Amino acid sequence: MSARTESEETYLDWAASTPMRPEALQAMVQAAQDGYGNPTGAHHRARVGRRIVDDARDQVADAVGAEPSEVIFCGSGTEADNLAIFGAHATNNGHVACSAIEHHAVLHPVQHLGGTVLDVDSAGQLDIAQLRSIANDDLAIVSVMLANNETGVVQRLDEIRAVLDELAPNALLHTDAVQAFPWLDVAELAAPADLISLSGHKFGGPKGVGVLIVRSHADIKAQTLGGGQEFELRSGTHNVAGIAALGVAAQMMASERAQVVENVGALRDRLVGGIMQALPDTIESARQVGDAAVEKVAGSAHVCFPGIESEALLFKLERVGIYASAASSCASGAQDPSHVLAAMGYPRELAAGSLRMSLGFGTTDADIDRALAIIPECVQTLRAASA
Amino acid sequence: MQVMVAMSGGVDSSVAAAMMLDAGHEVVGVTMKLWGGPSDKGCCSVSDVLDARRAADAIGVDHHVFNFGDDFERHVIAPYVTEHDAGRTPNPCIECNRSIKFARLLERADALGFDAVVTGHHAQIVTVGDGTRRIARAVDVAKDQSYVLHMIPPKDLARVEFPIGGLEKSVVRQMAADMGMRVANKPDSQDVCFISSTTSRDEFLGDRLTHTPAEVVDTDGNQVGQVDSIQLVTIGQRKGLGLAGGSPAQYVNNVDIGAQRVTIGTRQDLLSESVELDVLTWVGEPVSQGLVAQTSAHGATRPARVHANTVTWETPQQRVAPGQTVVLYDGDIVVGGGVAR
Repeated sequence: MSARTESEETYLDWAASTPMRPEALQAMVQAAQDGYGNPTGAHHRARVGRRIVDDARDQVADAVGAEPSEVIFCGSGTEADNLAIFGAHATNNGHVACSAIEHHAVLHPVQHLGGTVLDVDSAGQLDIAQLRSIANDDLAIVSVMLANNETGVVQRLDEIRAVLDELAPNALLHTDAVQAFPWLDVAELAAPADLISLSGHKFGGPKGVGVLIVRSHADIKAQTLGGGQEFELRSGTHNVAGIAALGVAAQMMASERAQVVENVGALRDRLVGGIMQALPDTIESARQVGDAAVEKVAGSAHVCFPGIESEALLFKLERVGIYASAASSCASGAQDPSHVLAAMGYPRELAAGSLRMSLGFGTTDADIDRALAIIPECVQTLRAASA
Repeated sequence: MQVMVAMSGGVDSSVAAAMMLDAGHEVVGVTMKLWGGPSDKGCCSVSDVLDARRAADAIGVDHHVFNFGDDFERHVIAPYVTEHDAGRTPNPCIECNRSIKFARLLERADALGFDAVVTGHHAQIVTVGDGTRRIARAVDVAKDQSYVLHMIPPKDLARVEFPIGGLEKSVVRQMAADMGMRVANKPDSQDVCFISSTTSRDEFLGDRLTHTPAEVVDTDGNQVGQVDSIQLVTIGQRKGLGLAGGSPAQYVNNVDIGAQRVTIGTRQDLLSESVELDVLTWVGEPVSQGLVAQTSAHGATRPARVHANTVTWETPQQRVAPGQTVVLYDGDIVVGGGVAR
């Protein structure tokens, strides 16, 4: 029962993690074989490793519109977020702030430092007025994610930048672009940010490697001390193989993005449309405010089923090989109530029936056919059982 | 059958899952996340979930985690605090079994198309003359948990199994060892799962209610000591009462929250002929004679008879604290139970 064949799998959890691109996997294996020297060494074998890391650095720089010297490789998106928040705070002990819908990798550091958690509206957009109210000389950093990991809602960083330029000249703008990178032109949309986080496994790279872009003018302090391998901002021997794979995946994502967005956007619309048609009381999160459509990334299909417990629905879907998620998972693997939906004002009962289906570059028409054949039926079965 | 096994990460539920699989059932393991606090043991910590997951891996069954934290807060934690604040002595394990394991989880299992919920409790289920299923004592009497399971109604028992109830604990551990389970030698869980070894009951309750100091008086009303928290005092207690040393042993025989007064006396003063129950629920037909009653989770049993809501002891017994559960047995079979007034 626990063994399932691949053909029975419909993977709709790309926002949690993606399969590796074959090219990235190949680069990873090659780098592990060839680049075993320590990249900071002075001999040939060390230089092979160094070259692999620096090639990947160029690939990432080009993919996000940064200089190679602004690319800091680290161990994960979470580490990148922590480095941004703690590193900016450490420069002058200034105030830190973030939006209420940030990933825990940002939210917990900000709360740990006694910072301000800024409200969002029902569409998940930052409360700019509240930001203005705390923006002053003492503000060290504001962190607002470019695209949200649960709802896919996209934030306008240029508006936030304008507030900081006007009222908080010392503040850095950090954006967690972990979820945005597969879908949005980060080079353009994150241009207003001083610090940008990425995570390899969200776009066809491996787990255990992330990036913090630190613009050359941005002053932050290292949080991991040691050999100073990454421009004195991050210490630790390079994960050469992981970095190589991340570089390849980043380059591919940037070059294929427009096509992926077009294809996957159509699949997402068909998926959500099909579910809404089968179950008209379904609520798609943050779809519209008044007449205006909310901008969301193409791979995000996030809905709430009134009267359903997502934990039960996910269990049922998993049993037939449909893999999705609800909110973020806690360390035990349990689904915690979504702080994102709570911040957007969703009642707890409604948020308890949320389903996050996230698509990616490998999602197919057949995946959507299968999802539409099964998900509405599972929802109806659960409703019948609890009636 | 398709069965959902509640796996706590302990040896009992791990072996229970393996036994159900061996018996040919389709098994899915579930760990309930009930508590997000700092408890380092019991059924809720991340390391226990790891143990449960690894036991499921070793057996070869799927494992899921259900988050029933809201329900646990509402049905177990909140009443636990309220009861203490009212000067009563609650049993949260009974409330957890009543509201979470054999209600919430059972409903979830039903909705997902499972035929039964299986746990690693040390208790047996027997079929009596009228064809209904009843809770009975475990073979390993020292580990018996029928007391905290007494209130599961027969209709729900039809969808419950306790596979290890017929085994001695030592046998359960041996089976786990034979299967190569890492949890084979894991210590038994003790006490209340949401109160850890680093957070005392005092601290836990202190975060949720205001400890009220009280005077300690003897049976003549003379003050002889004092306590910082009357909510932590229970009937029969003899330590932590601020008494002068050297005097003969004295026991709490009354807790009056309203008057902020704890009364102590000799063991003799503590004895009582009977106990009144707030709500007495019979599993089947009421039984009046030939019963034995148990008043705490692993307490001794005493012969008793029942009239209306009064349990009368054959020989006087230590007074039962208000809030404590009294479970009635006919031999080894649970026939009823209620909460002391």
